[in-house]
Amino acid sequence: MYAFTKKELYICGAILLFLLAAPFIFANFKLQLAFMLILIVLAMTWNIQGGEMGYNSFGNIMFFGVGMYLCVSMQIGTYFPLAEWTESGGEKTFVHEPDQYFKGLGIGLMFAAIVPPIIAGLIGYGILGLRGHYFAICTLGIGIASGELAGGIELIGAGQGMTAPPFPKGLGDLETRGQFLYFLCFALLIMTFTFIRWLYTTKFRLVLNAIRDNEDKAEAMGIETMRYKITGWMISAFFCGLAGGLVGTMVGYIEPVEVAFDGREMGVFMVLMTILGGKGTLWGPIIGAVGFHIFKESFWTLFLGWQYVALGVLIIVIVVYFPEGLMGYLREKKPEWFGEIVDDKDRKAQISLD
Amino acid sequence: MDFLVFQIPALTAQAILDGLLLGILFALIAYGMALQWGVMNIINIAQGELVIMGGYIAYFMYQAGIHPAWGIFVSPVIMFFVGVIIYKLVINKVVDRDMFISILATFGISILMMQLMNFGFGSDVVVAQSNFGTTMLFDNSVTLPNSKIFSAAVSILCAIVLTIYMKKSKLGRAIRATAQNARAAKILGVDTEKVYASTFGINAALCGVAGALVAITFTLHPYVGLPYTVRSFMIVIVAGLGNLPGVAISGMSLGVFEEFADYLLGTEFRIATVFFLLVFILLYRRFKLAKKREYLK
Repeated sequence: MYAFTKKELYICGAILLFLLAAPFIFANFKLQLAFMLILIVLAMTWNIQGGEMGYNSFGNIMFFGVGMYLCVSMQIGTYFPLAEWTESGGEKTFVHEPDQYFKGLGIGLMFAAIVPPIIAGLIGYGILGLRGHYFAICTLGIGIASGELAGGIELIGAGQGMTAPPFPKGLGDLETRGQFLYFLCFALLIMTFTFIRWLYTTKFRLVLNAIRDNEDKAEAMGIETMRYKITGWMISAFFCGLAGGLVGTMVGYIEPVEVAFDGREMGVFMVLMTILGGKGTLWGPIIGAVGFHIFKESFWTLFLGWQYVALGVLIIVIVVYFPEGLMGYLREKKPEWFGEIVDDKDRKAQISLD
Repeated sequence: MDFLVFQIPALTAQAILDGLLLGILFALIAYGMALQWGVMNIINIAQGELVIMGGYIAYFMYQAGIHPAWGIFVSPVIMFFVGVIIYKLVINKVVDRDMFISILATFGISILMMQLMNFGFGSDVVVAQSNFGTTMLFDNSVTLPNSKIFSAAVSILCAIVLTIYMKKSKLGRAIRATAQNARAAKILGVDTEKVYASTFGINAALCGVAGALVAITFTLHPYVGLPYTVRSFMIVIVAGLGNLPGVAISGMSLGVFEEFADYLLGTEFRIATVFFLLVFILLYRRFKLAKKREYLK
């Protein structure tokens, strides 16, 4: 891992301090903040195969949903019969002791982390053989199909959905619950950021970029592209699954089409946030996610029922006018910020040519 | 389960006939998609929403007391202009760009239209009654609503008219020239911007006709557009671009497949089967091409 530069160290330290203090300063917005951290994780991991590898997936929502369902059902299933729970609002009959709640959550998150990468590995060989728009549409189909499928399974509540175990009563009020969940999300974000930052300094990223720029040539250079593509997707799936598990616990109620496999919201948000910030950069998705979340939380209530219209317009505007994202825009305007050496004479010569 | 199919031949015949008639309608939508995919190199995710919007035009005629079948003349005219407006506002900015950009942009259009229809037309499932009656076949064991036969006939007629128009008319020739080589066409004096706009308009008009037919044969709801997009996408990738007989055949096969899935698995899994079939077809093509060390382009 490359050492942090001094400037980066200051920025990271400031952000870290802010995030540690945030739940106490903005006590009323703890869960919104936690949600923002999750969005950052989702955008950063989408960027691995969307931005770095050039495989634009609409299907990462599947890993998110699978993780969500797995986490909650394992948390319940370890101690109580799952079928009875989903059938009749089990949270009234069965109560998790604090000990059971945390152990269950731990087991649930473990499954939510392990199973999605396995799924990604299994279907990866087939799906990642498709390229470009065929991959995009195929993953779109997978995302929707998995939602429809989850809606048909009785054990996890079918179309009605299921409730997640409530936070144990003896431990404290909503305040404590909020803080607990916030710091779980915070831990996930730190883990994701450190891992991805390390990943981007390895040869792995170069291979992914080679695949994005020209897959045939990368193959001709002797790179086993399929292995790298599957690994990239599995990494995405790992973090998406964990994020899904946390969101399931945070929201408290899981439903197949609107919450878990919500391709129309979360599935598009991932893509949108990454594009807004700038594909294929470390900081782009983070900036995009923060900007998007702040915009959404502050203006969403203004639209009152017109949210989806606003979302549609937002997608069109971002995609049509800012396809390179904020980082791309900055890179064009201030190349020296990105370590590119600018020759002023050369630049002026180019301008006069236009 | 397949035993059931053979034991009750009437059900089988019913499913096949229903599927064929339905499939012709799907083929019409897919024809529009193939047209603009071939000419503009854009996959329009909002295709299904254009269909549903066309359907609502027919439904409102029905509400106003006009027979909804006249919608096949009115809704393409309106939808043509809707298509041109969408082109002028959004599509012309993404035509030459990366295909993923256009997929995402049309996805945005799709969400937008879905929601606007939800506000404008209400979120109820609506039906435009055609009162065409039904035809009984094979000793009354197979019932076919005449509206389905009507819709299949109109679809075929539409496809034939459009094919002839594409071959003979000046605009049709310009469209075909642009599809073959946009740059060369431009050099030879074809206004490609106009060609693109009218291609998108023609596609929307086709969707309008199909929508009016959907309105009299099925039900309408603002959120059911995406399956139509996926169906037409499937038909196009199976048949290939610019292959009208192929589009018709694969459309009809899809219709029959869906009807059988409907009978055997139940209606609640119909949409899921469509999406699974999409994944299956893509993977089948992928593995078949992988043997020759090629990939879907």
